[in-house]
Amino acid sequence: MTRGNTQLLTHTPRGLYCAVGDFYVDPWRPVDRAVITHAHADHARPGHKSYLASAPALGVLQTRLGAAAQIETLAYGEIRDINGVRISLHPAGHVLGSAQVRIEYRGEVWVVSGDYKLDFDPTCDQFESVKCDTFVTESTFGLPIYRWRAHAEMFAEINDWWAVNAAAGRSSVLFGYAFGKAQRMLKSVDADIGPIFCHGAVEVLNRAYREAGVSLPTTQMISDVDKKFDYSRALVVAPPSASGTPWLKRFGEYSDAFASGWMAIRGSKKQRNVDRGFVISDHADWPGLLTAIESSNASRVLVTHGQVPVMVRYLRERGLEADALETEFEGEGGAEQAEVLAMDETPSPVSPSRAEDTDGLVDHHEPNPSSSS
Amino acid sequence: MKAFADLYTALDASTRTNDKTAALVAYFNVAPREDACWAVYFLTGNRPRQAVPAKKLHEIAADAAGLPLWLFEEAYDSVGDLAETIALILPPPETASMLPLHHWIVDRLGTLRKLDEAEQKAALLRYWAELDQHQRFVFNKLITGGFRVGVSSLLVIRALAEVTGLDAKLISHRLAGDWQPTPENYAALVSLDAQNFDVSKPYPFFLAHPVDDAQSLETQLGDRADWQAEWKWDGIRGQLVKREGEVFIWSRGEELVSAQFPELIAAAKVLPDCVLDGEILPHKDGQVMPFAMLQKRLGRKNPAKKILSDAPVIFLTYDVLEIAGEDIRQQPLHQRRDRLHEIIYSVPRAGDEHNLLQLSDIVRAPSWATLATAREESRERGCEGLMLKRRESVYGVGRTRGDWWKWKLAPMTVDAVLVYAQRGHGKRASLYSDYTFAIWKTTGDTRQLVSFAKAYSGLTNEEITTVDAFIRKNTLEKFGPVRTVKPELVFELGFEGIQRSKRHKSGVAVRFPRMLRMRTDKRAEEADSLESLVHLLGPDVKS
Repeated sequence: MTRGNTQLLTHTPRGLYCAVGDFYVDPWRPVDRAVITHAHADHARPGHKSYLASAPALGVLQTRLGAAAQIETLAYGEIRDINGVRISLHPAGHVLGSAQVRIEYRGEVWVVSGDYKLDFDPTCDQFESVKCDTFVTESTFGLPIYRWRAHAEMFAEINDWWAVNAAAGRSSVLFGYAFGKAQRMLKSVDADIGPIFCHGAVEVLNRAYREAGVSLPTTQMISDVDKKFDYSRALVVAPPSASGTPWLKRFGEYSDAFASGWMAIRGSKKQRNVDRGFVISDHADWPGLLTAIESSNASRVLVTHGQVPVMVRYLRERGLEADALETEFEGEGGAEQAEVLAMDETPSPVSPSRAEDTDGLVDHHEPNPSSSS
Repeated sequence: MKAFADLYTALDASTRTNDKTAALVAYFNVAPREDACWAVYFLTGNRPRQAVPAKKLHEIAADAAGLPLWLFEEAYDSVGDLAETIALILPPPETASMLPLHHWIVDRLGTLRKLDEAEQKAALLRYWAELDQHQRFVFNKLITGGFRVGVSSLLVIRALAEVTGLDAKLISHRLAGDWQPTPENYAALVSLDAQNFDVSKPYPFFLAHPVDDAQSLETQLGDRADWQAEWKWDGIRGQLVKREGEVFIWSRGEELVSAQFPELIAAAKVLPDCVLDGEILPHKDGQVMPFAMLQKRLGRKNPAKKILSDAPVIFLTYDVLEIAGEDIRQQPLHQRRDRLHEIIYSVPRAGDEHNLLQLSDIVRAPSWATLATAREESRERGCEGLMLKRRESVYGVGRTRGDWWKWKLAPMTVDAVLVYAQRGHGKRASLYSDYTFAIWKTTGDTRQLVSFAKAYSGLTNEEITTVDAFIRKNTLEKFGPVRTVKPELVFELGFEGIQRSKRHKSGVAVRFPRMLRMRTDKRAEEADSLESLVHLLGPDVKS
């Protein structure tokens, strides 16, 4: 996989492995020591003997993995020596506690970015550029059609939608990934417009966020609310899997919207069959990916998760040493395939890992929406 | 341009009719007539001609975005829509254009086609730099000639009726025909004054709903005696307008087709002033011919004598909508039928099989049961089934439920194998949803798949998603946008007619093919053969 005389990290059937340090980064099969970039289901899997993650990730990670999981934490920037390999974690700006893993051995530095974004997000630390020799980057939105607008502009649009609905006496149902996206939206909307309610899957994570010191507006869990409640001025935040289910009946007349980077494309929006699509992503857009790669100063880039061949070819044409980093289910389709899988939200234990990573369209940990009613 | 792009975005964003109507009303309330005429023109289904070849647009856009062409193609492949890809890929605008829509259309779009390549490129770069993403998208849709939006003409008409306080039927009638986007025509369209009438104007067509086969006709329609039954023909539905001695023929798409059918124009000279609804049918030696014969006549203005004698047509009349300037659409059907009978039989040599103007037969079967038996003859007669019209019905507008029904024969079917796939359009731009199907052909000892039909409708969204995933995993080759797919999936296709065709590899062509269902229970080897399809040609329809 790699050229040169060092192979600090190698691709193995269990995941990305550091042989000298004897640890894995976001492994997908059970291992003794796992360094975790963030708590999304396809990065933080259950069953490892020990976990190392960032301190702010502890609450959400424990929520998702259960109390029995052995989780050690590092503050951002704190260095841990494992078998002579120096490990530190640095903010990735993706979700609460998300980290890039910096790995240094005998003067050579690798950074595994995990999922990241450069945009402002009030619920987690801002992405920090870390200098390195080899940079492992994601590429979920690695095409020049993806350019996010400023945070404030996007949320002004959501606030307008909610306010217009409230004035017209219909509730506003906003679908977004239960962990990360949902809290970012809750924190960013104008809570003066009306009351806010959350699906159970979202509320569980709200609790973890609040306990980690992230203040969120007051929210109420739907299952705690009287069934006859009048939601006409309310904003309801729910996971995508609740879309099109009978769970929504209680909201009476409603307008629904879906928040995801995929909403940048009209076709994806139309397939969702919602009234509105808001282009809000917790992944880097095209300019963001290029900026992160460039500011890492890395002489070599390994591309994973998404538009791999496109990014590799583009970076090579720009004179960088770039290669694909295989992951478990990286097929010909890449993100394209994932997009398709994501449309079909049937949780399945054998569905490829990429499906879960497409801006969080699928989350196996989300309870069935009908079960919370 | 901004107001129109905002309107387009609002229409595109919502799936609710009320939202769409409200957006249209808001637009037409304030739009100056110079702009409003273009909005009406585009929103009722007219498209500008392509101003810049698509290939050139790819190159210019890639260049403007500072990207290699291959990367632009990757982006396009992912988005599936050229206008949208360009809108997404360009850097943000430098200035905001305040130019009104008509200026963009007439002065900019109108001249773009005439420029040479370098000038076209310079102009496009300048225009794009003035437009934000939504406006760029709409502008690009206009230059690629692919302008489409999710509103029906009916909705535009309803909005204009609301804006003006006029009756929607009046607006609809004024808009019918070859309506040209000029400020004067817009003024006439919304004018409260009923004068200044264009003599060529057709009426909006009244269309039928399919009957629900699951229920008995008795339950659905009541007493057989209340209904007029006619054969349902497969030709071109048309309106023959004769006013002040001039004759015009309109197709159902409200396209003026007079020049394509000079013999009908000549035959109509003997008619009194009237407007007739009917069907243009290929007709030879006293018999209706298959639709394919009519295809030779389509799009061919002032056809040569040879074509006229090879593919002769008649106008089979169904209804009369206006007599001597009087709109009689509100009279009941049985009265209109009597008047139609009078008109046709006042023509010299009426009833003669060589007459080009004929009267649609009424199917006399006295009960629903006997009518059902008669319907079984449809295919033999070259018909698609029956039309059922309530004898008391007025001639309505569009596809209004209740009074007019089409009772078509069940389609012919064949089990075929999916062999090629292409991405769809619009909502399905990112999915492989347009398919080519093949059946088995035996030559000597070998059996091979030959393609014979394309279809893109009939599957549910879930099924399309499944098939799309299969295609991506089982692509054998790519030719531009087309993927050759491992021949594995079998579908039951339905179609309305079948003809021999030299253009198709299989030697046959089917009409209106669509997917009825996936045959997950069948393997590719078990799909139908060409022989079975040829058998369906039957003795009568061979040509």
